[in-house]
Amino acid sequence: MAAKGGALVLRRLTKHYPNMAAVDGIDLEIAAGEFLTLLGPSGSGKTTTLMMVAGFTPPTAGDVLLDGSSIAGLAPERRNIGVVFQNYALFPHMSIADNIAFPLKMRGMARPAIAAKVEAALGLVQLSGLGGRRPRQLSVGQQQRVALARALVFEPGLLLMDEPLGALDKKLREDMQFELKRLHGELGVTIVYVTHDQEEALTLSDRIALMNAGRIEQLGRAEDLYERPVSRFVAEFIGESNLLDGRVEAGWFTTPDGIRAPVAARADGAVLLMLRPEKVVLAPESATDGLAGTVSELVYGGDFTRYRVAVGAATLTAKIANSRAPFRPAVGASVRVLWHPGDECIIPK
Amino acid sequence: MRYWRSREALLVLPALAVYALLYLYPLSRLGVWSVFDPEPTLKNYRQLIADPVYAKALLNTLEVSFWVTVCALGLGYPLAYLMTTVSARARVWLMALIMVPFWTSILVRSFAWVVILGTNGIVNKTLIVLGLIEAPVRLLYNLIGVEIGMVHVLLPFMIFPLYGVMTQIDPALLRAGRSLGAPPWRAFVHIFLPLSLPGVAAGCVLVFLMAVGFYITPALLGGPQQITLATLIEMQVSDMLNWGFGATLSVLLVGAVATLFVIFTAALGLDRLTGTGKA
Ligand SMILES: Nc1ncnc2c1ncn2[C@@H]1O[C@H](COP(=O)(O)OP(=O)(O)OP(=O)(O)O)[C@@H](O)[C@H]1O
Ligand SMILES: [Mg+2]
Repeated sequence: MAAKGGALVLRRLTKHYPNMAAVDGIDLEIAAGEFLTLLGPSGSGKTTTLMMVAGFTPPTAGDVLLDGSSIAGLAPERRNIGVVFQNYALFPHMSIADNIAFPLKMRGMARPAIAAKVEAALGLVQLSGLGGRRPRQLSVGQQQRVALARALVFEPGLLLMDEPLGALDKKLREDMQFELKRLHGELGVTIVYVTHDQEEALTLSDRIALMNAGRIEQLGRAEDLYERPVSRFVAEFIGESNLLDGRVEAGWFTTPDGIRAPVAARADGAVLLMLRPEKVVLAPESATDGLAGTVSELVYGGDFTRYRVAVGAATLTAKIANSRAPFRPAVGASVRVLWHPGDECIIPK
Repeated sequence: MRYWRSREALLVLPALAVYALLYLYPLSRLGVWSVFDPEPTLKNYRQLIADPVYAKALLNTLEVSFWVTVCALGLGYPLAYLMTTVSARARVWLMALIMVPFWTSILVRSFAWVVILGTNGIVNKTLIVLGLIEAPVRLLYNLIGVEIGMVHVLLPFMIFPLYGVMTQIDPALLRAGRSLGAPPWRAFVHIFLPLSLPGVAAGCVLVFLMAVGFYITPALLGGPQQITLATLIEMQVSDMLNWGFGATLSVLLVGAVATLFVIFTAALGLDRLTGTGKA
């Protein structure tokens, strides 16, 4: 099983429902073989986007191109796109082997060829020997693999997955993420993956499209979104962040309530300063630079400790690795909060 | 666990008591009547076997019921399917339309058919006006009349089990089928139809068994060829005042229904009949 093609382009893709735009003009180019994740909060339009690509939801406007040609007018069964549904949608009245054989049967493939393909697909997802069982006789994780095998057995160039790991517990989730990475590498199939779990998105994807209210808020690699968010929404959605509203003037960032810190050069104006908690450094009160603050809360988390530090009217979070933290202030201690120049991210408003 | 189970079993006791009093008791009385006159005797059963008219009536009953079941399924399946696809509002209206016949007595409905299907009835008149037929066709006092009347009455009993099972079918399965390459009709044949079979089984058994015991409709709309056991029982009891033989025919009817139920159950599985099984 090896995929060919699978380059997907969305052009001004739009879906309006009465009184609301579920998807509001999305432009997206996904290269063949890429693993792209649609990430976003509930209701941001991820499923709607996916269903328009699969052909189950007719777009209000815009176009979907697969390998250069428009598929917007094609019925779902003629698009040749693999889909893994949230609850797997395995056919309960068919054996596992018949489930996987279904797309091949629909394509009129000869029986012996089908049997060989099904066997290979079962091997691919490490379920060899379970072909005779019914879906109900498998664990959730195994059902997930069957759904994957069924969506891949007809060698589609593009695979769509809508929160496929939502029903699994943490351990199984991690196993399946690993498995998915392996399959993606082995088959070279293009994957468009939907999730609202940012950690999952960061681990799996080549690129992430972060969606908000029917639009793509930011598109980029995991580190782009994490280190250089373009808006408050992105900064808040991905990871933990300290956000300060203020102004930049001549290399200094100031807030109305008196915080003042030097920042890497930037055009002057109103900005949002974002600082990841793990970039924050705490120093003893005697230090000469940094912002003066008081530790208001402290949570031990194993390999790190999370401090909440009151700085003026603001509260900053610092996440400090325990392995190399000679300075461990207690609650109530006066400290200085600083960071290495350039570790902050300035988001223009 | 066991403790709770036995406590929960108490909840069905009142219903069981009512059934025992109103159903099992009269039924056992019938059994007794059929073999006493007033001394113990098997003469009723000898008569039952000796005269072929009763075996013929039993066969008639089964034949009529069979065709009623087939027609009810043919009409009911598309209707039940329609109900699963339309909007919630339209569904309420469809439900109401299907329920309307329940609000009228069977007697009234059967007489209404006599008027509608008669030689000068609206059906024949329309067909003649449309030029489809030249002389009135006979729609009453034959198998056609019985079928129309009984299907009308029994259709809801086909639709509701069907609808119940169909709404349990996850629409995602059909979408999965489409995404895997099945056009709508193949998705229906390979996915929806097999998953709806428990409803088909439940509806058919329900309609067939109810049809076997039907009395008023075949009596009013059927001809001599459609004499059913229930009609004969009524004749024995109210025309001939032969309670003993009427009871014997009743035992035959109940026996036939019970036997068929056991056969259906064994062949299809009880969970499918009650519609609770997952395919
Ligand atoms: N058939 C519909 N009719 C009206 N509104 C709809 C319909 N389907 C979706 N919506 C709306 O469109 C918006 C986007 O829905 P969508 O299912 O794409 O969100 P999502 O990002 O997948 O969210 P989730 O993470 O909860 O699955 C939601 O506000 C939803 O209420
Ligand atoms: Mg969704």
